[in-house]
Amino acid sequence: MKQLMSAKGIFAISVVLLCALVPLISAALDNTYWPGVFMRAMIWAIAAISLNLILGYGGMVSFGHALFLGVGGYAVGILAYYEIDSGWIHLFAVLGSCAIIGLIVGAVSLRTRGVYFIMITMALSQMMYYLIISIDEYGSDDGLVIYNRSDFGLSFFSLDNPNTLYYTIFFCMLGALWLCARIVGSRFGNVIRGAASNETRMQAMGFPTYRYRLTCFVISGLICGLAGMLSANVESFISPDALHWTKSGELIFMVVLGGMATLFGPVAGALVFWLLSEFLPQLPEINGFRLGEHWHLIFGPFLLLVIIFFRRGIASLFEREGARP
Amino acid sequence: MDWVLIAEQTLNGVQLGILLFLLAAGLTLTFGIMDFVNLAHGTMYMMGAFFGATVMLATKSYLLGIAAGVAGSMLLGCLVERVALRSLYERNHLDQVLATFGLILFFNELAQVIWPTDGLTVPFPTWLGGTVMLPLGIEYSKFRLAIIGAGLLVALGLWLLVTKTRLGMLIRAGASNRQMAGALGVNIPLLFTIVFGVGAGLAGLAGMLITPILGATAGMGEVIIIQTFVVIVIGGIGSVRGAFIAAIITGLIIGLGRSFLDVLLLTFLSPNAAESAGPALSSMLIYIFMAVVLFFKPQGLFPPKSG
Repeated sequence: MKQLMSAKGIFAISVVLLCALVPLISAALDNTYWPGVFMRAMIWAIAAISLNLILGYGGMVSFGHALFLGVGGYAVGILAYYEIDSGWIHLFAVLGSCAIIGLIVGAVSLRTRGVYFIMITMALSQMMYYLIISIDEYGSDDGLVIYNRSDFGLSFFSLDNPNTLYYTIFFCMLGALWLCARIVGSRFGNVIRGAASNETRMQAMGFPTYRYRLTCFVISGLICGLAGMLSANVESFISPDALHWTKSGELIFMVVLGGMATLFGPVAGALVFWLLSEFLPQLPEINGFRLGEHWHLIFGPFLLLVIIFFRRGIASLFEREGARP
Repeated sequence: MDWVLIAEQTLNGVQLGILLFLLAAGLTLTFGIMDFVNLAHGTMYMMGAFFGATVMLATKSYLLGIAAGVAGSMLLGCLVERVALRSLYERNHLDQVLATFGLILFFNELAQVIWPTDGLTVPFPTWLGGTVMLPLGIEYSKFRLAIIGAGLLVALGLWLLVTKTRLGMLIRAGASNRQMAGALGVNIPLLFTIVFGVGAGLAGLAGMLITPILGATAGMGEVIIIQTFVVIVIGGIGSVRGAFIAAIITGLIIGLGRSFLDVLLLTFLSPNAAESAGPALSSMLIYIFMAVVLFFKPQGLFPPKSG
């Protein structure tokens, strides 16, 4: 309880409350714009939470995490293409494909360390990107339109209802947060964190760190795949862009911006990232120069400045001086 | 498929490999010496192409274009290193990757603001147009042959620079022990800027070499930077020799893979499907090759001896 009353706790609760209330507020204001923005932001928050598990707590700098967003999305898209609309089959396919791919990618890349790991995860996700582009049947570059959302066959639960869709995502985000908190607090989580700070020590203590890391990598991939599935349902569309390496870069940035290895940081990072990418393109024209259209001119240096001067992210704003090393 | 075609595809592969080497050399040097991961290396390739294409369109001279591409990207590299990247040497790789990712976003956008959105195309230099007859009846593009020749010359020059000159000695000293070299009076910050500038210049050279064929477009660096990463990972990060060998192997895999896969795919796919699947699948080959190499040798084929 004491923890919840800290500045950090109050901030986290108010962000969650905001997410919960957006559909109600926008319904009262007769606005349909904001729920869409928040849905997408929360989906990215789920992906960022999953990345934080391996990147923040596990010290595994994966530059290919968008791979799972794409795999999750395409699992839904390809099934929907064959007019298989059952949400349960979708869910099974998403988790199954992400587990298998996570296992293969993790098994190969976790043999390497440091910068090799960064590059091999990036390259393997890029490989999947090319694989998808190569298949004409599933739309190649143009992507797949998903005509029917995942149908779970429940009369009271249909993702075609915007509010149901919104709160499904909301509760998935809370679920991801809860799962992440449980994992980090468990013995398993302690091994993962221990291996991040000193792997040799953990091995000397008798932990087969490779297997622990691989398990963590797969779990993270599963959560991210779920985010991909939700995204496919929101957009009713999936394209190879979902797993382009720049998306992986954006995901890492969300985690760092929010605060690595903090429970709530990725959510804050994803929200700020999405609000920026909504607002910056709306910047006005200055002397005939359309700044909004070229918002990356501001965003790129912003990213650089965050890394140089604000390394510990949003979460550090709510920590007492010296609370963390 | 007759063997003349195979020879031609082999040469195409070598030409791509040479291009990859020009990029990989700078990247692997900055990593080996400064322990710095530079995602924005592809940006220097792109900016070199744009600088070069602009000058070439104004002066009608390809050689002046190349000079402008190399000089422009070298200056830009030094500037970026001084202004932004210097403070990141002490940081971990994650910070470096993210910060240079920010630079990519910035420069890609900047290129679209300054130059036409769909990029610049330059005419083929007339004195390198047409084909040349090689021994054994192989007819090959003069221009691509010139790229191979230029790349080999640069590789030779780089080898001489690193092994025979005073600057090369300092570079090797910095690579094997930064603190010690600094304590002996080597101006390490200056050395870093020079190495960064040379790397950026090589990337700019590669960009301008290929511009008559591919044109200069925003985002052109993003495709090739990933392939370059594959090259330096296969070669062993920090090793110039490894980068050279891995670049040629990678180029050959891409070049030969493309033509053989096409033939292979045509046997069981429709021509349309094969046409779209071929290039993409051949781009996958190098990642599979990298995964295999790393599975057996996690440090790459030629792990640098120091560190």
